[in-house]
Amino acid sequence: MLRIPCPHCGLRDYTEFQYGGDASKIRPVHTEECLAPWHDHVFLFDNPKGVHREYWQHRLGCRQWLIIDRHTATNVIEPTTRDPTNSDLMNSDLMNTGRQP
Amino acid sequence: MKAMHRSRYSALSLVRHALKEMPWRRAWRAATPQPHYDVIIVGGGGHGLATAYYLAANHGIRRVAVLEKSYIGSGNVGRNTTLVRSNYQLPGNTQFFEHSLKLWESLSHTLNYNVMLSQRGQVVLAHGPAQLDVLARKGNTMLLNGIDAELLDRGEVMRLLPYLDYSSECRFPIYGGLLQRRAGTVRHDAVAWGYARAASDLGVDIIEHCEVTGFIENQGRITGVDTTQGRIHAGRTAIAVAGHSSHLAAMAGLRLPIESHLLQAFVTEAIKPFVDHVISFGAELFYISQSDKGGLVFGGHIDGFNSYTQRGQFPKAQDVAECAVALIPSISRLRLLRHWGGIQDMTPDGSPFIGRTPLRDLYFNGGWCYQGFKATPASGWCFAHTLAHEEEHPLIRHLALDRFERHNGFDEYGLGLWPYRQ
Ligand SMILES: Cc1cc2nc3c(=O)[nH]c(=O)nc-3n(C[C@H](O)[C@H](O)[C@H](O)COP(=O)(O)OP(=O)(O)OC[C@H]3O[C@@H](n4cnc5c(N)ncnc54)[C@H](O)[C@@H]3O)c2cc1C
Ligand SMILES: [Zn+2]
Repeated sequence: MLRIPCPHCGLRDYTEFQYGGDASKIRPVHTEECLAPWHDHVFLFDNPKGVHREYWQHRLGCRQWLIIDRHTATNVIEPTTRDPTNSDLMNSDLMNTGRQP
Repeated sequence: MKAMHRSRYSALSLVRHALKEMPWRRAWRAATPQPHYDVIIVGGGGHGLATAYYLAANHGIRRVAVLEKSYIGSGNVGRNTTLVRSNYQLPGNTQFFEHSLKLWESLSHTLNYNVMLSQRGQVVLAHGPAQLDVLARKGNTMLLNGIDAELLDRGEVMRLLPYLDYSSECRFPIYGGLLQRRAGTVRHDAVAWGYARAASDLGVDIIEHCEVTGFIENQGRITGVDTTQGRIHAGRTAIAVAGHSSHLAAMAGLRLPIESHLLQAFVTEAIKPFVDHVISFGAELFYISQSDKGGLVFGGHIDGFNSYTQRGQFPKAQDVAECAVALIPSISRLRLLRHWGGIQDMTPDGSPFIGRTPLRDLYFNGGWCYQGFKATPASGWCFAHTLAHEEEHPLIRHLALDRFERHNGFDEYGLGLWPYRQ
């Protein structure tokens, strides 16, 4: 079972969380009128066989959104020195648009 | 290239072998890579092998190599739950999947290999009037396309599948269903072996334990691949690696609208013949059938987060077991014998991609989500045509890799936009 370290609640089963997908993408600025960067942002994925930076929300716990770095071939979660809930690190995608994956 | 005319399988050859106590010969030649091919296909799954076979059989292109990093059938073609059907409703899908089902119906004869197609019929259940309306619309679309479909009311479902839960305390009461009698199951390993043998007989080199590690690029054109068995040149190169699509594309500098996700399958201990059809639950993504050995085979949703692990998470076992018992209470005491996982190539609209890529002479086939097994023959058929003519086959024009750029997403189930939520 994949277990995710929540900075508030400790190590919890992944079933308490909602997956939010790739967190490494940078959302184009709102005034961006060219469609190409929007297309790339919405539809293209690095999808690495390796370390994947991703969003999870602790829905059945503290309800915080987290960013974790997980290896997709081993499920090992990399230790992080940054605050996974620091909104500076949350690129604008989830935080500024209220998107609920 | 030399075509190998080996003996055909028949009742007579079976008797002859039994009498002489001879071991059966290898079904396909062990090949070592030549320096150059007309077409290289990366990935020896169902789609790669079918493509190789139809290149040779339909288009006379026989200088073809299939490069497989492991052994033939080690990927999703040997891990899926073997359902084949053609009950789709978007124009494009309907015709493509019906073409596939028609190819399945004659495949054992075409390949001289018994793929054990069992047209036992599939019932998709509806648990309310609105859901039955949707199924009626789908059934009408099928009928208009000359595909068999029968709408069933509750009484008809009860007669056909008397062992489902029809009690008053049932959580999702059964309201009706849509039956496609020509749908069913196919022996998945036999599909890989049958296509491999038939392609090999026509001169195709099937090279196992040969992993592609890079592409040779020359001014925007792909001219071959680097592999663990050395460099191999090709006129055209085709990718058909399912869950590893993004991984391969990245070697050519391409990013794809694909995420890799884990899908599990489950088998119970064997019981006497009981579930005679394929049944799809309407309240959840869950489907069940019975294998020839007697085990009940079922599956559900992907685990739901990017994964290349091929190893499942336990909560999904619980989910599917709950669905199974909600549908068929009498199997609650059966033990789960095995479960396994495969890495699925998931796309934002749930539909695959077949065709050209931005790089000349590089072709792509992937993003099959839950539906790649039933698509195998038509996918190979159309991909081979595309490679031979350097232009997409009419049946797959809606499956272009750049369809999102052209606002032509193709979402059969209306579930877009996130691959992990398909
Ligand atoms: C549990 C499960 C149940 C499913 N059930 C159904 C179903 O009931 N009906 C249905 O229609 N579909 C089903 N599917 C989907 C279907 O199995 C797949 O969409 C389909 O098999 C994928 O195409 P393939 O057979 O070519 O893939 P695969 O068999 O996975 O072939 C891809 C091959 O590429 C090889 N490869 C990868 N990287 C490299 C490299 N670098 N070099 C060389 N080779 C490489 C892999 O080793 C692999 O053998 C299911 C899938 C799973 C996992
Ligand atoms: Zn928490």
